[in-house]
Amino acid sequence: MAARIHGGAATALSTFNPKKLVAPSRTNLPAAARSSKRCIVAGGGSDASKKSLSVRHSQKLIANAAVATKAETSATTGTGHELLLFEALQEGLEEEMDRDPHVCVMGEDVGHYGGSYKVTKGLADKFGDLRVLDTPICENAFTGMGIGAAMTGLRPVIEGMNMGFLLLAFNQISNNCGMLHYTSGGQFTIPVVIRGPGGVGRQLGAEHSQRLESYFQSIPGIQMVACSTPYNAKGLMKAAIRSENPVILFEHVLLYNLKEKIPDEEYICNLEEAEMVRPGEHITILTYSRMRYHVMQAAKTLVNKGYDPEVIDIRSLKPFDLYTIGNSVKKTHRVLIVEECMRTGGIGASLTAAINENFHDYLDAPVMCLSSQDVPTPYAGTLEEWTVVQPAQIVTAVEQLCQ
Amino acid sequence: MALSRLSLRSNRLLNPSTTTAALPSSLRRHVSTDTTPITIETAVPFESHLCDAPSRSVETSSSEILSFFRDMARMRRMEIAADSLYKSKLIRGFCHLYDGQEALAVGMEAAITRKDAIITSYRDHCTFLGRGGELVDAFSELMGRKRGCSNGKGGSMHFYKKDACFYGGHGIVGAQIPLGCGLAFAQKYSKEEFVTFTLYGDGAANQGQLFEALNIAALWDLPAILVCENNHYGMGTATWRSAKSPAYFKRGDYVPGLKVDGMDALAVKQACKFAKEHALKNGPIVLEMDTYRYHGHSMSDPGSTYRTRDEVSGVRQVRDPIERVRKLLLSHDIATEKELKDMEKEVRKEVDDAVAQAKESPVPEPSELFTNMYVKDCGVESFGADRKELKVTLA
Repeated sequence: MAARIHGGAATALSTFNPKKLVAPSRTNLPAAARSSKRCIVAGGGSDASKKSLSVRHSQKLIANAAVATKAETSATTGTGHELLLFEALQEGLEEEMDRDPHVCVMGEDVGHYGGSYKVTKGLADKFGDLRVLDTPICENAFTGMGIGAAMTGLRPVIEGMNMGFLLLAFNQISNNCGMLHYTSGGQFTIPVVIRGPGGVGRQLGAEHSQRLESYFQSIPGIQMVACSTPYNAKGLMKAAIRSENPVILFEHVLLYNLKEKIPDEEYICNLEEAEMVRPGEHITILTYSRMRYHVMQAAKTLVNKGYDPEVIDIRSLKPFDLYTIGNSVKKTHRVLIVEECMRTGGIGASLTAAINENFHDYLDAPVMCLSSQDVPTPYAGTLEEWTVVQPAQIVTAVEQLCQ
Repeated sequence: MALSRLSLRSNRLLNPSTTTAALPSSLRRHVSTDTTPITIETAVPFESHLCDAPSRSVETSSSEILSFFRDMARMRRMEIAADSLYKSKLIRGFCHLYDGQEALAVGMEAAITRKDAIITSYRDHCTFLGRGGELVDAFSELMGRKRGCSNGKGGSMHFYKKDACFYGGHGIVGAQIPLGCGLAFAQKYSKEEFVTFTLYGDGAANQGQLFEALNIAALWDLPAILVCENNHYGMGTATWRSAKSPAYFKRGDYVPGLKVDGMDALAVKQACKFAKEHALKNGPIVLEMDTYRYHGHSMSDPGSTYRTRDEVSGVRQVRDPIERVRKLLLSHDIATEKELKDMEKEVRKEVDDAVAQAKESPVPEPSELFTNMYVKDCGVESFGADRKELKVTLA
C-alpha cells in the first residue's frame, strides 16, 4: 500500500538540487578512511533519478524532509485533522499495529492504564493483552525481553515511562540492542523502537528531568530521533517502527499537548533527515525537541530586530543530517546550536565537532553552542528556568555571532 | 572447604555406572544403527521443588548413546584444540572453555528440536556445536576469520546460528536471561509449540535481572526454561562464598525447579524433556544442572588458585561425562573398546582438519569494519555531507 509522499516541502526543494543526484560512486573504504572524513549513514546508491518527490512506489517508500508548518500541510491536502502530539503518536502507533501483526507495545502502565502520557490509550482494548503488555517495573528485564523478541522477528515498541528510567536498561540497550546485528555477522536484526518522554519538565526534580540522548549517542548500531511537532511525531513513530534498525525515539514531557493539523493520508518522515523550520540568510540555528520552540520565539524577536535566522530542527540525533546542515552553513556561514542537553558531552558538543570537521572552510565565526548547565535540574522553578536555554539568551547569542 | 564439600558430593556419585547387567554376546547389538529402545536408570535421583520429579528411567537407544559419545568427544577435542590455539596466540582475548560440561549440551539437544530456542552465556562453543554448528566455522570465528559463524566480528563469546535457533553467545553475565524470556515471549506470541532454554551460570544466578525475568515469565506463562549450569565457581568464587542459598533450583520461589546431575547426559535429556512438557503446559521452570568445568573460568585463569588439582582430577576420574557414556556403551555391549578408541581417533582427525582449514581461511576485508552496522532500510535513503559521493555503505 503506497503512502502519499508529503510534498509540503516547497522550501526544502529550494535547497534540494536534483542535478547533484548523480548515481553515487562507491568509493573504497580505505580511500575514504584516509581522507578522515566522518563516515555517516549512506544509502545504497540506487537510482538517483528515482528520487523525485512525487513518486509513488509500492515497495519503496520515499519519505521527505517534510516542512511541518500549518500553512503547507493544509494547503497541500485541503483537509486534515487537528490533534495533540500524544494523539499523533497514538495514531501512528495504532496504524502500524493495524498494518503489521508483529508490532507490539511493552512498558509500564501502557495497557489498562492507557499510558502515563496517554500515548497508548485505547490500544489494549483494541489489540488485547498480548500485544499491549503491561510490564512489572523492571526496565532491564523488559527492555531485554523486547530485544530478545525482536531477534525472532517481532517488532516491539518499548516504552520507558520516563527516559531516565532507561538508564537501568543501559546494558541491554548498548550491548544487545546496538551490537547484536554486528556481532552476529548480520544474522539477527533488532527492529525495536525504544521511546519515552525525557527532557526538563515543570519542576519534576533532577532524576525525572534527564536528557538521555547524550548518554546514548555513542552506542554504535542504534539510531536516535527526536520529535517536536504532532506532524513529525506521527511520521517518525511510523518510520521508526518500520525500520529494521533499533531506533530510540525521544519525546519531550512538555510537548505532549501541542496542537497541530496533520494530513489525513498516511505519511512517514525520513528518520535521517532534518527539518527546515524557517529558511533564512544570516545565521543557521540548529535545534531539536523543545528548544525548537524557544528558538522560534527568539526568532520573532530577531526578525523584529532585522535579522533573518535560518532555523533547522535536526530531528535525527544519530546520525546527523549533515547534508541539510551543510547546505545551510554554506549559505549563512554562521552556526548557533541550541539544545537542552548538558554542556559536557551533549548532542551539541558532537554536532559542533561534526560541523567544524566538515564545514570549517565555510564558517565566518566559531560555532556557538547554547546548552543546559552542567547541573542536576533543581526543583525550584526559578532555578530550573536558569538551567535551560531561554529565548533571551538565544537572541543575545545571535546578535553576538552576527556582529 | 570447597574441596570437602565437593568430595562429599562426589562420594555420593562414586559409582556412576548403571544398574542393569551386561548382555550376553548372543544378544549383542550392532554399533551405530540400532534404535531399539533401551531404558537406563540415572545414577543420581532428581531433586524437585514445587513439582513432581520425572522418573529416573530414561528411554534411549544404542544409536543415541553412541551419538552422545561421538558428539561429546568432538566437543572435548574442540575445546582442547582451542586451548592450544590460545596458547599459540592464534585465539586472543577471552576464551571460555566448556570441557567437563559437554553432557549438558548433548543431553539437551537429544530432548528438543532445532525449532526450540537456546540462548546461553559466553561459554558457548559446545552449545554452538550441539546446535549443528560446523567445527570449521567455530575455529574460524575463534581465530577471527571471515569464515567464522559471525564473520569474525563476534569472537569466542558471540557465536550465533539463526537457522538452528541458537541465539548466542553473550558476554555480559546474566544479560541473556531477559533476552531468553523475550524469545519465549515471541514463541508464545506466534502460538507455536516451542520452548526456549535460557542458560546461565551459578555466578549469574545472583543477578537481579534473573529474578525480574522470572517474575515476568511466570506472570505471563511464558514457555521459558531457565537452566542454571552450576559448575560451582563463579570465575574464582565458589558458590558457598557468593550465594546465601546455593540451591539454585529453589531460587525461583514460586517457579518450580529441578536439580539434575549435569554430568550424566541421560539425566540431562530426561530433565529437558520433562521441562519442555512442563513449560508448554504450565509456564517457566528452573533446572539446576550440577556440572563441573575442568579448565579455569577462561584461558587467563589457571583454575588452580581457588580449587585444588586433586579436586579437578577427582571429578575427572569419577564423574567425567564421556567416561560414563563409554562405560555404558561397554557394559551394554553396544561397542567395543577398540571401536570407541577408533571413534575418538576419527573425531581427533576431524578436529585437526577443521583447525587446519580454519588456519588457512582469510581474515575479514577492511570494508567489513562497517558492514552490518545498520540494516538497509525501507527505501528511505540518506547521504553524507556530500551527496555526490558515497563515503561508506553502512549495510
